[in-house]
Order: sequence, then structure tokens, then C-alpha cells
Amino acid sequence: MSIDVSNLSFSYGENQVLDQVSFTAQDNQLLSVLGPNGVGKTTLFRCILGLLKGYKGQILVDEIDIEGLGIAEMAKLIAYIPQFHYPSFNYSVFDMVLMGTSVHVSAISTPGKKQKRHVEAALKRLGIYHLKDRGFTKISGGERQLVLLARALVQQAKVLVMDEPTSNLDFGNQIRVLMEIKSLAREGYTIIQSTHNPDQAFMFSDKVLAMKDGEVLAWGRPADIFTEELIYNLYGMEVKMESLYYDQARVSIPKGIVEKDSIYRFCS
Amino acid sequence: MERGRGNTFTVIGLGVLLVITIIVSFQLGRYPIPAKEVLGISLSRIYPIEQFWTDRMEMVLLNIRLPRIILACLVGGCLSAAGTAYQGVFQNPMAAPDILGASAGAAFGAALAILNYGSSFTITVSAFSFSLLTVSLVYFISKRVKGKSILGLILSGIVVGSLFSAATSFIKLVADPTDQLPAITYWLMGSLAGAKSGDIKFAIIPMTIGLVPLLLLRWRMNVLTMGDDEARTMGINANQIRFIVIICSTLTTAASVSVSGMIGWVGLVIPHVARKVVGNNYNHLMPASILCGAIFLLLVDNVSRNLLTTEIPLGILTAFIGAPFFIYLITRRGEDF
Repeated sequence: MSIDVSNLSFSYGENQVLDQVSFTAQDNQLLSVLGPNGVGKTTLFRCILGLLKGYKGQILVDEIDIEGLGIAEMAKLIAYIPQFHYPSFNYSVFDMVLMGTSVHVSAISTPGKKQKRHVEAALKRLGIYHLKDRGFTKISGGERQLVLLARALVQQAKVLVMDEPTSNLDFGNQIRVLMEIKSLAREGYTIIQSTHNPDQAFMFSDKVLAMKDGEVLAWGRPADIFTEELIYNLYGMEVKMESLYYDQARVSIPKGIVEKDSIYRFCS
Repeated sequence: MERGRGNTFTVIGLGVLLVITIIVSFQLGRYPIPAKEVLGISLSRIYPIEQFWTDRMEMVLLNIRLPRIILACLVGGCLSAAGTAYQGVFQNPMAAPDILGASAGAAFGAALAILNYGSSFTITVSAFSFSLLTVSLVYFISKRVKGKSILGLILSGIVVGSLFSAATSFIKLVADPTDQLPAITYWLMGSLAGAKSGDIKFAIIPMTIGLVPLLLLRWRMNVLTMGDDEARTMGINANQIRFIVIICSTLTTAASVSVSGMIGWVGLVIPHVARKVVGNNYNHLMPASILCGAIFLLLVDNVSRNLLTTEIPLGILTAFIGAPFFIYLITRRGEDF
């Protein structure tokens, strides 16, 4: 499974949101999209998910142009993991995940034994089987993210699009969720996530797409594109970038912190 | 899936409860008929038994009580089915069957027919037609509203609904205060007092056409509560499902209101009672909601025809009986699921 976006442009009326965006993601890859707020990440995702029509350019999923695909065909190719929002009605974790199988049952029937087995397998795969009878709104933020991930898995699409999966999570849960995402990519999924944390994007991603003002600022392997200059161009923040543990991690530290008081700190 | 199986038993239990309520309802009334006679008369329709009851009993049971009981069950079940479906497809716990103006349209239709000295059948047909007309109007206006389709529907529903309510008020103003005005007022309060088998024959077709798809599409409604975009990425065309649900709910609501008058409360609150009993999964919620609605309206109608010598309009009683019960339900301790 691969996703191939070429020359994607989109505008809301006069307002151009995406301008000639091109990138690819292969299977086994986790692609992180970085960029400041309001840069067009959500619009990009909505185009990829088939929720926005009327874009210019081409989006190929597994070499199929998604423009002509129906809703059910799309759902079999790409699954979406939204940010957590309180649902209008609370469902049990099991029912929540079972909804992901809907595209595989006919409109007038309800998911059966086969779909329920898939749900159990997905819950066990992500280590949240013990939560199956709990209410979705009654579990922790990290657990909710895993439930939404399980819902995407039972949809049996090989491309997963995740909207800031680690936002609103504590540090431990962020890493736990990212580890799961990474291991899913290793199992053959193609995963696209948006994130606001460059350090985590560097540690976990296979490819990074850096976006500014609807355009691609940089695209490639994180080791190739992560520089102090990139962070400055993205966020307008001067940083010192430190490579750690044989370049397994690159940490960005705001310059103001390491420079201004450094002599004073050294003396005291 | 112990919870799922438990809920299946709960739904079956509600079905049994409905049957018991129906049997008890046959015995109640100003002309009491003992259980033995009720059973005898019922069985004699399918199996010849020697008559041990009076002809009067048989007449009251078959011509007065039977249509009324059937109608109470149908109207209660239909209104709560429509409310349950709307809450799901509008992603809104406050949605009720009249959210798209179905009741306001029916009220106008009925008032107009009463103003023109229509027969009871004319009143029913007029209420039904205007109900459908109002919702179609709301739907077409909402199509021209820019932005989110749900908001467009609800706003159009409110506006068109209030327009028809104003028109009904105007009819009340010009109606003859000696006979027409009381008739309109009484109709607006809702009653099953005049239930005849003709009403059932009229209402049962749109009710069935509406209820069957609502039951078949119930799993899809779960997915719709997640929001249109999420439903779409899960392979469900939210607008299409919502359109079908609106047609079906409008048919059941219009048919109910046109034979019973305005009965508020049932379509908003009974779905929440059912949610408390079986949870939010529409698989069990939809049948549970229909059964709860039927039981509730049957009980209320029993009170309506037995409590005082004059009948108490249903619209008043549903609130008087339903409100305390619902307050108990939402304040009682237990898992908020």
C-alpha cells in the first residue's frame, strides 16, 4: 500500500490553503506532517480522506486515483483516527470499535460473529481488551486513542490517517501511543500523522513533511531535513539542535534558554 | 458479549411487559370486564368457544377498547422510534419527532379542517398531509442553507414550525368560540378517546413503511452519532442515511399525530428512558424504545380514561406522569453509562 500525492492544491474561494503539495509514503512507513497551526494540515488530510472535493492535482492510494471512488471504496483503503471529542452519546469500548466494521456489513444488517472476532483481536492486539465493557468517555485519554486506533484497524484499510494522535496526552501516553503506531507501520500499514512535536517526529517517523503556508517546506527522511534552520522557518523560533545517542534523537532547545543565562549559570 | 446478551433479554422482557400491560388494559374501564371474559372473547375470534360473556362485553371489548389499545401502542411506539432515530442522525440528545415541524404542520392541518367543519376522517387526512408538507418544505429550505446540513435542517425546522404554529393560532382566533375553538384546543392536547378501527386502517400503512427501515438501519445510526465526517471515513454516507431516516420518521410521526393529536414528551423522553435501560447502542435501543413508548402511552391512556369521569387529554398526562418518572431516572444513583 502506498500513498502518492502530487501537486495537490486547494482553495476555499479566494483563499489558497494548499499549494502544489507533493509527497509519497510507502508501506511500513510512518509519515509525520509538521507545521504551525492553520497551515493546511487539516485541509490536506480532508483531501486525502475524500472529505473535500474540488482539489487540483492527484492523490493516488495504491496507484488508484481516489477522486472517482465511492464512500465505501474509500473506507476500505483509508481509515481515519480523529482527535478525541466527546461523542453525543456514550458507547462501550466494544461497540465503539465494532462501528469500524460497518463498511463490511450491508446497510440493513448489523455486524455479526466474524466482525466481533475482529474487534476482539484488535482490542487484544493493542492491549485494551480488558476495557471492552467500559464506557468510551470513562477511560483515560491514552486508552481512548488506542480505542480509536482499534476502530481503524477493524476497518481493514491499510492506510491510516491520524489527526494529532498525541495531543492532549500526558508524556507517557504520548510515547505509548507512538510506539503502537510505529509497530503498526512495521506490520505493513502506511501511517500519516500530524504532530506539533518535532523531537517526537524525529524519533518515530520514517518520513517528515514540513509545511508552511500551504506549501511544502521540506520533505524527506528526518535525518536529512531536521536542522535548526527548518525549525526556525517552521515556527519562527531560534533553537539549538542537539543530536543524542548516535543520532537516534535530535532535541531542539530554544536558544533563549541555553544562551542568555549560560555564563551566569556556569559561574554560580 | 455478556452486556449484549443481557440487553437482548431486556428487550424480550419489555415485550412481555407490553403483552401484560395490554391484557390488563382490556380489563380496565368504566365497564370492567374480568380477565376470564377477556380471554374468552379473544380466543373466540380464532377458536369457537361457547359464549359465557354478555354481548355488551364483547361490543365494548372489540369495538371500543381494542382499537384504542392498538392505537395507543402504535402511536407510543412510533413517536419514540422517530425521536430515537432523530437523536442519532442529528447527533443531538435534545432532538424530538417534531424537530422538523411535523407536529406544527399536523396541528395546522387539523385546525384548518375543524374550521371548515370537516369530519373526523377529514381532520386526520388534513393533519397527515400538512405534516408531510411542512417537513418537505423544511427539507427543501435546508438544502439552500449554506454550511452544515444538520444546522440548516434544525434552523429551517424551527422557523417553518413557528410559522405554522402562528397560522394555527390565527385559525383559533377566527374560529367559532362555541364549538370550533374547543374542538381545536382539545385536538391540540391530544387524545385517543375517539379511536376507531378506521383510524388504525389509515395510520398503519405509513407507520409500517416508516418503522421497518428505522429498525433495519439501526446499526447505521450508531455510526452517524459520531459525526458526518467520521461516519464517511468509516464508509457510511451520512446524508443518505439521514435522508431515509427523515422520510421514515416523518411518516410515523405524521401518522401518529394525525390520529392522536399533539402528544408531546413521548418522543423526547422515552428514548432517554430506553437509553438508561439498554444503553446507547441502537441495536437494542431502537426495539427497546419502541416497546417502552408503547407501554408508556398505553399506561397513560389507561389513566386518562379511568382516573376521572371525564377524559383527561393525553398531552397533559404524559407530562404529569412522565416528568416525575424521568426526574427519578436521571437523578438516581448508578453507573452513568
